[in-house]
Amino acid sequence: MSKDVMYGLLAEFDDAEHLRGAALRLRREGHYTRIEAYSPYPVDGLADALEKPRIHVPFWTLIGGILGGTSTFALEWYSAVIAYPIDVGGRPTFSWPAFIPAALEMTILWAAIFGVGAMLLGSGLPRLHHPLFGMPAFQRASNDRFFLLVRAEDPQFHLLSCRAFLESLGPLSVTEVGP
Amino acid sequence: MNALNDDRALPRIIAPDETAASVTRRISAVVLELPLGWRWLSSLSAALLLTFVLLAGIGWLLYKGVGIWGLNIPVAWSFAITDYVWWIAIGMGGTFVSAAMYVTRQPWRGAINRLAESMTVFAVAVSGIFPILHLGRPWFFYWLFPYPDKMNVWPQWRSALEWDFWAIIAYLLVSILFLYVGLIPDLATLRDRAVSRTRAIFYGLLALGWRGEAQHWRRMESVTLMLAGLSVPLVFSVHSMVALDFSEALLPGWHSTIFPPFFIAGALFSGFAMVLVLAIPMRRLFRLQNYLNDRHIVNVAKLMLAAGLWVDYSYAAEIFTTFYSMDKYEVAMELNRFFGPYAWVFWSTMVFNVLQIQLLWFERVRRNHVAVFVIALGVLYGMWLERFMLIVTSLYQDFVPSSWGMFYPTMWDIAFLAGSIGLFFALYLVFSRMMPMLSMHELRKLAHQRNEVVP
Repeated sequence: MSKDVMYGLLAEFDDAEHLRGAALRLRREGHYTRIEAYSPYPVDGLADALEKPRIHVPFWTLIGGILGGTSTFALEWYSAVIAYPIDVGGRPTFSWPAFIPAALEMTILWAAIFGVGAMLLGSGLPRLHHPLFGMPAFQRASNDRFFLLVRAEDPQFHLLSCRAFLESLGPLSVTEVGP
Repeated sequence: MNALNDDRALPRIIAPDETAASVTRRISAVVLELPLGWRWLSSLSAALLLTFVLLAGIGWLLYKGVGIWGLNIPVAWSFAITDYVWWIAIGMGGTFVSAAMYVTRQPWRGAINRLAESMTVFAVAVSGIFPILHLGRPWFFYWLFPYPDKMNVWPQWRSALEWDFWAIIAYLLVSILFLYVGLIPDLATLRDRAVSRTRAIFYGLLALGWRGEAQHWRRMESVTLMLAGLSVPLVFSVHSMVALDFSEALLPGWHSTIFPPFFIAGALFSGFAMVLVLAIPMRRLFRLQNYLNDRHIVNVAKLMLAAGLWVDYSYAAEIFTTFYSMDKYEVAMELNRFFGPYAWVFWSTMVFNVLQIQLLWFERVRRNHVAVFVIALGVLYGMWLERFMLIVTSLYQDFVPSSWGMFYPTMWDIAFLAGSIGLFFALYLVFSRMMPMLSMHELRKLAHQRNEVVP
């Protein structure tokens, strides 16, 4: 399998601490940058060990909340003041305290939708297929096994040296992942 | 009596011999391998039978109108609104258990959060049926939504009923998102473990290509925290809106600022009760005793007791305020509750929501699952009666004696209540065999942490 059609090298580990230690060494000593780590439950500090970039879920949640609240409030203002004003004994048509409940609920709803959207799109999901789904061993990534993957597109990547490095981390196995 | 001080005697949150692999095997087996069994099948048949009763009722109501119910002037709200408030309140407790426990980092939530979140989604979905059917012309319910139409009519934003519409929509959708985000990694597990190709494709599509990458987990934990943080104020605001349906009206017994917090207390109370009613049989039926043990049941029972005391305090505050105000309509309404024709509803509410829950102070009662189950059923019944009392006793005798009148339920009132219970359980039972009812990824992490750290 040549480097062009390869996705990367996959190393399998049997527990979370082992995975985190291996990830740290791969990043610090191997100087690889395109590393992915897979685990059946969130492992504390794993993304930090890999020096992954910051995530933007809280930011987009905030944006969604602001947009949802202001747009609903603006809609209420437009419909109650401009489009369909009702004169109730001379009371003001712009009765903003009564507009708060719907605006509040939409703030929360939009914040939630934007947050979930940011999580999915940020992670490149939904995705129908992935090279790793072709690996029978990888099925245990959602059960009790832990995996480290060095992408073939990593500038440091050389099949033999990378394989040797991964072997030195004490994995259960190291395998090549096809396209 | 060793009140509230029994933690040492309780089992650990998760059995000590559990590992990531055993968590996966046991919980996914409920979905993938366990035969349906006569208990599950007979429960589902009963639930479906009641669901058909509901469907027949809805058909008859659409044909005939809301006159098939016993409501009329002066009691224009009765069973339907009682059922609505009861169901949406049950959902609140589910969200609260899941979200507040996540925000406060309670490790024992892992075993009951899925159960509570799915309970919420189904309870809110069932509750939404009632206000829509109550509209009189239910097929125009979309007029509540602001859209540019040729009539040039817009919703009335100052109405509490309109607020309710937004509250239910937001609550239902956020609850679904909260449930679904937590399900994604577990759906990936089912995809990877499914033997049949059809099932693998079904769960694979729902899992959205989840692989458990470190950065994906970080995003998921972040969004779960966001959703939990948003859900807590959402619960409080939604049930406050439900309460404002009442307190915006000028009737004695309704026009009171105590209603929003009082309703939230009642919502959490009945929600915890429903969590217990679902969890206690389910742990036996699906053999989940390793994950859902005495400690979880005792914890939820304590929460139910705490919420119950909050409800009881609200009753006391409401009665006190009524007499303290010396408003003659308020006082007459309250005396009517005590001694009028609906006195039995009031006193039954007191028995179920005030007296019987005091048994939970005793450790022996809390640890007896049958007793907790019976008390929780009593709480659900008591909370239904409480809403019925609040609605009917304020309506049947208001300011003018010429407009007094009694409410008598018809067969259809009861059919809708029974049918909604059937629909809820039918949805729940089907869901419990299609999706893992405990959060596998949270329990895996828990098993790992506990077995490394705890002595």
